[in-house]
Amino acid sequence: MDDVFRALASPSRRRLLDRLHSKNGQTLNELCKGARMTRQAVTKHLALLEAANLVVTTWQGREKLHYLNSVPIHEIYERWIGKYERHRLQALSELKKGLESKQVNITEKRYG
Amino acid sequence: MGESEFVYVAYIATTPEKLWEALTDGDFTQRYWGGRRIQSDWNVGSPVRHVRSDGGIDWQGEVLQSQRPHLLSYTFHMQISDEHRDERPSRVTFELQSVGSVVKLTLTHNGFEAGSTTFETTFHGWPAIMSSLKSLLETGSPLPFKGLGFGPSGKQA
Repeated sequence: MDDVFRALASPSRRRLLDRLHSKNGQTLNELCKGARMTRQAVTKHLALLEAANLVVTTWQGREKLHYLNSVPIHEIYERWIGKYERHRLQALSELKKGLESKQVNITEKRYG
Repeated sequence: MGESEFVYVAYIATTPEKLWEALTDGDFTQRYWGGRRIQSDWNVGSPVRHVRSDGGIDWQGEVLQSQRPHLLSYTFHMQISDEHRDERPSRVTFELQSVGSVVKLTLTHNGFEAGSTTFETTFHGWPAIMSSLKSLLETGSPLPFKGLGFGPSGKQA
């Protein structure tokens, strides 16, 4: 589980996971296209994600496809969130969302 | 192709034989898969059914490959709504591979129609089921959570 937390600690890697969530089964080339990183960096991040079992790869002909594997995230969710009263966290998260969206409105008014 | 399929992997501290039993035995699936019992004789060409405690069928299919305890594959046709029923069956494959003292379980689900409702239902459901299965095999208890669609609670999204 340490591997998973370590892998998730990087915004670049989280972004890669988000991109696989919106479109699963991408090649390295596809993932490089939308990334604001060098190909080398993407390769490195993907290797780390794969080592943490957050990304799974399969070969289709000559293409290596990357898939999001959310099983470890699910385990974290159950172990660390389910245990500590999910509904309270949800209430807090909604409060945060509400406050932040209000702030946006205020900002918009002030500068708009 | 990549977009209309998914692959999930779990490393589970167990043996391939136990894991095979967990995937194919109704008494076992009932414990981690929302009370559903899987039913089949697991011969190639035989029917597979996933039966709720009220007798209704969540999904059904046909055994495509059955190489105990390494490879299991069947067609998958959800029956939980007209939308699901109207789609063509997709395909589920489990590969069980010993890696040191654990078993690597790889699930591939593919063969979906474009814009498939079954895809949406199962994409989020399988990780929950696999975590629950892992928990049951490793600790003796499945995960208790609820309301995650096609998941261990048995509730549909």
